[in-house]
Amino acid sequence: MAPPAVSAPLLEVRHLRVEFPTRRGTLVALDDISFSIAPGEILGVVGESGAGKSLTGAAIIGLLDPPGRVAAGEIRFQGRRIDNLSYEEMRKMRGRSIGAIFQDPLTSLNPLYTIGRQITETIQTHLQVSALEARSRAIRLLQETGIPAAEARIDQYPHQFSGGMRQRVVIALALAAEPKLIVADEPTTALDVSIQAQIIALLKRLCREHGAAVMLVTHDMGVIAETCDRVAVMYAGRIAEIGPVHEVIHSPRHPYTVGLMGSIPAMDADRERLLQIDGAMPRLTSIPRGCAFNPRCPRAFDRCRIERPDLIDAGATRAACWLHATAPQELVQ
Amino acid sequence: MTTTALGRFLDGDLWYSFRTSPVAIGAALVAFACVFVAAFADFVAPYNPFDLATLELADSRLPPAWIEGGGPKYLLGTDDQGRDILSALMYGARISLLVGAASVLLSVLVGVSLGLLAGFVGGNTDAFIMRICDVMLSFPPILIALLVSGVGRAMFPSAHETLAFAVLVLAIAIPGWVQYARTVRGSTMVERGKEYVQAARVIGVSRLRIMRKHVLPNVLGPVLVLATIHVAVAIITEATLSFLGVGVPPTEPSLGTLIRVGNDFLFSGEWWITIFPGVMLVLIALSVNLLGDWLRDALNPRLR
Amino acid sequence: MTALVEVRDLAKVFDVSPPWLNRVVERKPRLFVYAVDGVSFSIERGKTLALVGESGCGKSTVARLLVGLYAPTRGSVRYDGLDASAARASDGRGLRRRMQMIFQDPYASLNPRWKVADIVAEPLREHALVAGEQQLTERVGQLLSSVGLAAQDMEKFPHQFSGGQRQRISIARALATEPEFLVCDEPTSALDVSVQAQVLNIMKELQRAQGLTYLFISHNLAVVRHVSDQVGVMYLGRLVELADKARLFNQPRHPYTRMLLDAIPDIGMSGRSRIPVQGEVPNPLAPPSGCSFHPRCPHANQRCKSERPPLQTIGGVSIACHAVEEGRI
Repeated sequence: MAPPAVSAPLLEVRHLRVEFPTRRGTLVALDDISFSIAPGEILGVVGESGAGKSLTGAAIIGLLDPPGRVAAGEIRFQGRRIDNLSYEEMRKMRGRSIGAIFQDPLTSLNPLYTIGRQITETIQTHLQVSALEARSRAIRLLQETGIPAAEARIDQYPHQFSGGMRQRVVIALALAAEPKLIVADEPTTALDVSIQAQIIALLKRLCREHGAAVMLVTHDMGVIAETCDRVAVMYAGRIAEIGPVHEVIHSPRHPYTVGLMGSIPAMDADRERLLQIDGAMPRLTSIPRGCAFNPRCPRAFDRCRIERPDLIDAGATRAACWLHATAPQELVQ
Repeated sequence: MTTTALGRFLDGDLWYSFRTSPVAIGAALVAFACVFVAAFADFVAPYNPFDLATLELADSRLPPAWIEGGGPKYLLGTDDQGRDILSALMYGARISLLVGAASVLLSVLVGVSLGLLAGFVGGNTDAFIMRICDVMLSFPPILIALLVSGVGRAMFPSAHETLAFAVLVLAIAIPGWVQYARTVRGSTMVERGKEYVQAARVIGVSRLRIMRKHVLPNVLGPVLVLATIHVAVAIITEATLSFLGVGVPPTEPSLGTLIRVGNDFLFSGEWWITIFPGVMLVLIALSVNLLGDWLRDALNPRLR
Repeated sequence: MTALVEVRDLAKVFDVSPPWLNRVVERKPRLFVYAVDGVSFSIERGKTLALVGESGCGKSTVARLLVGLYAPTRGSVRYDGLDASAARASDGRGLRRRMQMIFQDPYASLNPRWKVADIVAEPLREHALVAGEQQLTERVGQLLSSVGLAAQDMEKFPHQFSGGQRQRISIARALATEPEFLVCDEPTSALDVSVQAQVLNIMKELQRAQGLTYLFISHNLAVVRHVSDQVGVMYLGRLVELADKARLFNQPRHPYTRMLLDAIPDIGMSGRSRIPVQGEVPNPLAPPSGCSFHPRCPHANQRCKSERPPLQTIGGVSIACHAVEEGRI
C-alpha cells in the first residue's frame, strides 16, 4: 500500500556515472542511472551479480571503494547535492539522514562493544540528547525490533546474539538517529528462510512507522514482491525497467525483465522447463554497443545494436527498450 | 587470447606490477648482477685471489684506485697478502650465495613437506609437528647454527671441505624450516576444507595424491615470498658464522670471512679490506629483501 | 523394483568437545552435535529426492554421508543392494564410480591452478576409464559439450569462467565416470536466477537423457518444487515429513513444513497476509527434548515435549508428528 505521492522527491539520482580507472582502461560500472525515491517510499533495486545494484547503494551513502568514483551526474538528497560533499560532511549525513543496513550482520556490528553502546553512540552523535535519554531510546528501539528482554540484552555483545537477532540489532542501529532514508543492501540474504520473512516484515513495518524511505537492494525477486512499492531492474550498470512492483513483476515491458521473471521457479505453477536467457551478463570490460542486452534479446532489431535506449514510457512502467519507442507495447511472455 | 604459459605470464598482473615498480626493477638488476658475477667469477674477476702463485706480496695493502697510492691494477685495493679485493668479492659472493641458496632449498623442502603433512592429516601428527616447531622457535637461530657447527666440527675434526660446507648448510637450514612448516600448515588447513579437495576425495583420489597435486600448488605462493627473504637472512647468517670463525674454511673465504679478516686491519687505516665485502653483502641482502617485499605485495590479492 | 538408494536410520555425531586439557582443568563436559539423528528414506532409479531445511538441519551432512565423505556413526546406506560403506574401502572403486557429487560453491569446487581439461579428466584418469591422451581429450570435449560449453574451453582456467559456467564444469566432471547417482548439494544457491535456470534445465535434461538419479539438497523450496519428485523436510537432524512433491506442496501436514511454505517470499503472492513464523532454529548443541520443533509449534502438547515422534506413514505420507498422528491437525 503506497503512501500518497508527495511532490518533492526525497532522493534524486540524475545521470549518475561511476567509473573505476584500472590499468586496462576505465571501467564504467554505473552508466547514466536516473531514479528518485519519494519520502516514505520503498524502492527495490533488483539485478543479478555485476549489474551494479550494490554500487548504486554505495554511491548514495558515499562509501564507494577507491579507485571507484562518481564521474558524472548528481545525487540530491532533499534537494541538496550530496555526491560532492567532503568526507566530514558526508559522515554527518550518514546516520542522521541516511541509514545503512548491510548483508552480513556479523561484520556490521563491532564485536568489541556492547550493542547498547553502539546504538547510544549513534544516537548521541546525531541527536542532541542526554546519555540517559539515548539509552532509553535504544531500549525502545530494540523492543520495537522484537528483541526480547531488551533492557537486559542491551548490554550484551554481538556474538551473544543469533544471526536473525543480530540483523534486528542492525536495523535498530540504522533507525537510531531517525534517518529519512535507509539503504539496505541484501539485508536478508544471509539468513534462513523463516527468519527472512520475519526481518522483511519488520523492516517494512518499522520504516512505515518511522516514516523512513527505503532503498532495498537485492537479487531476490520474492523479497521485492513482498516489501516494495516500486522496483528498478538493473542490467550491466544501467536501469532496464522501473515501475510499480505489481506491474514490473506481472507485466514486464523489458525483454530482460520478462526473461528474469520467467526463469524464477514459482511456487504456484509447475513448469517443465524454466525460461532461460542464453549467455550471461556482459563483463564491464565488454559491454555491447547500443542496448547492453541486445546480444541475448529475442526481440532485438537493428536500432538496438547501434543506439542505447533511455528509459521510455511504456505504459505503467518505464523501460529502456526501443520496442516502446513509438507506443507502449505489451510483451507476451 | 594467448594460452602459452609465457604469454599468460606477460599478460598478467604480476609482470605488470614488476615493470611498473622502479624498486623491484632496481633490486632485480642488482641481485642479478651479484648473482652473475658470483656465478662467472672465474671469467669476470680480474684475478684469482686464491691462486697463491699469482699473488705478489709487494702489492699488499694497496688502497683503492681513487686514493693516492692505489692504481688501476687493483680497483678496490688489496689485502695484506696481495689479494685483489674486487676479485675476492666475486669469489666470496659465490660462496655466500651458494650457501644461502642451498640452505634455503633444504629448509623449504623439509618445511613444506612437514607443513603439508601436519595440515592435511591433522590430529596427533599435527600436534606433534607443531610442538617441535614451538621448541625450535624458542632457540635463537644463531645459537642452533653454532651448536650444529660445533657438533659437526667435533665429530669430524679433520673434515674435508665439502663436509664443512654441508655442515654449514645444515646449520642454517635447521632453524629455518619452521616458518615454512607453519605457513604451509595454515594454508593447507584452509585448502583442505575447500570443495575441490572434497570433490577429489569423492572421485577416489588417494590422500597423498591430493596433497601433492591439489593442495601443494595452492599453498606455494607465500612460500615463495618467505624463501626470497630467507635467502637474504641465510646469507647474513652465514656471514655471521664465518665472521665468528665457525663458518666456511678459510681457504674458500665467503664475504663473512673476508669481513672478519679485514676487521683486523680496520684500525691500522686499511679500511677497504673489510668495508667492500661488507658493502657487497649489504647489496645482496638488500636487493633480495626488496625483491621479496615486492613479491609479497604483488601476490597479495587484497592489495591488487 | 528395489530402490537404487536405501538409507536406514542414518546418524552422524560430531565430537566438538573442548580439548582434553581444557576438559580436565576447567571441568568442561564433552560436547556432541547430532548432525544427523536417525534418517531413513529411499530413492527410486531415475527419480529425484530433494532434502530441504534450514541451517543446521543436517541435509548437507546427509549428502556427505551418502558419498562417503563421512563415515556414519550409526545406520546403513545401501546402494543397489550393496553396502555403500564399501565405497570407502580401498577396493571400493567400482562403487565410487557409480555415485558422484556436485557442490555448492562454484568458486571453491574447482582447483584454481588446474586447467579445466585436467579437472574434468581427473576421474577418467583416476579410474583408468580411457586409454590414451587423444581419447582422453575427445572424451573431455564430449563432456563439456554435453553441459553446453565449448570443447576449446578445456584449455582455460576456472577463473576465466562465470559462476554458472563453473558449475557446469563441475557437472561435467561429475558425469565423467558415467555415474547413476548424483548427490547435488545446493548446486544453484550461489548462482543468479537466470543462470540458475540454465543449470537446472541442463540437470533435468541430463536426467532424462541418461536416466540419472538425484539427491538434491536445497533450502530454496521453489527450486525444489521445480526439480524434485519426492521431498523430505529436515529439522535439526531429523526427517519431519517425506512425501511426493505434489502432496507436500499442496497439502503439507507437518507444522514445520507449513511454516516453511508460508514463510517463503514469493513473487506470485505479494500482498497476502501470512502467519509469521515464531522463533529461530535452536542451537544444535542443546536441542529441545522430545520433538525438537515443539518450542516453535503452535500445536505442541505435553507429549511433544517429552516423547520424540517416530517417522510414520499416515495417509500416504511419512510424517513425524504427534499432532498429526493423534488427528489433532
